[in-house]
Amino acid sequence: MLRAVGESSITAGLIILLFCAYLLWGTGGYTEDQQLLLQRQLTEERPAETPRLGRIQLGTAVAMLRIPRLGRDYRYAVIEGVSTEDLKKGPGHYPGSAQPGQIGNFVISGHRTTYAAPFKRIGELRRGDEIIADARDARYTYRVTKQEIVRPDEVEVIAPVPGKPDARPSRAVITLTTCHPEYSAAQRLIVHGVLKRLELRKD
Amino acid sequence: MYGWLWRRLPGNTGVKLLVATVLVAIAVAVLWFAVFPLLEPAVTLDEVTLFG
Repeated sequence: MLRAVGESSITAGLIILLFCAYLLWGTGGYTEDQQLLLQRQLTEERPAETPRLGRIQLGTAVAMLRIPRLGRDYRYAVIEGVSTEDLKKGPGHYPGSAQPGQIGNFVISGHRTTYAAPFKRIGELRRGDEIIADARDARYTYRVTKQEIVRPDEVEVIAPVPGKPDARPSRAVITLTTCHPEYSAAQRLIVHGVLKRLELRKD
Repeated sequence: MYGWLWRRLPGNTGVKLLVATVLVAIAVAVLWFAVFPLLEPAVTLDEVTLFG
């Protein structure tokens, strides 16, 4: 009897460990597959006509995000939408927030521990670091201005003028959001940046 | 539990070991590819968006 209890407990423990391994590494495979599809959308397809109201369809790729500080190979296709399903595929752009390069706040959320953890290391970003958004029409280069840690309900950080929900935007800024501390949903880590450079695509 | 299973596996120790390994691999695969994806949404250790 005691032996059976012991064996069951050890088995349960091993299964829980395996589940943790799945969360950290098993979920990334799905993201990588989906990223291939989204990145292909960005490089191959050009929308036949400008989407109505300049809005991008939910679930499609918005831009390629590159952060040189996090490595030369750091690139993720940003998907339009921040639903659970969207975020499994890559960093998500808040629908309704500014488009890349537009006046206002270009807000992107990404996972920090699961699903390939695209924003795992955004805490390492320092003032002045580049955040590059390669959109279909142009390359927009933002520079990090500040970092903050907020409660999950402090939505003013993603307002068109971060921190001032009622203000009218006059600058193009970018905001990255992820969970904080790592492995927790208690707070959010926020990185702000401001548009510094715009290079139109030649093709 | 495991002792009981072990005694029921066929063959000599080598064969038993092989069969046991395959059984463990099957159990892990079922958990990894079928059970864990169902459990995963219930774990909210990676909430990244803001809500008002």
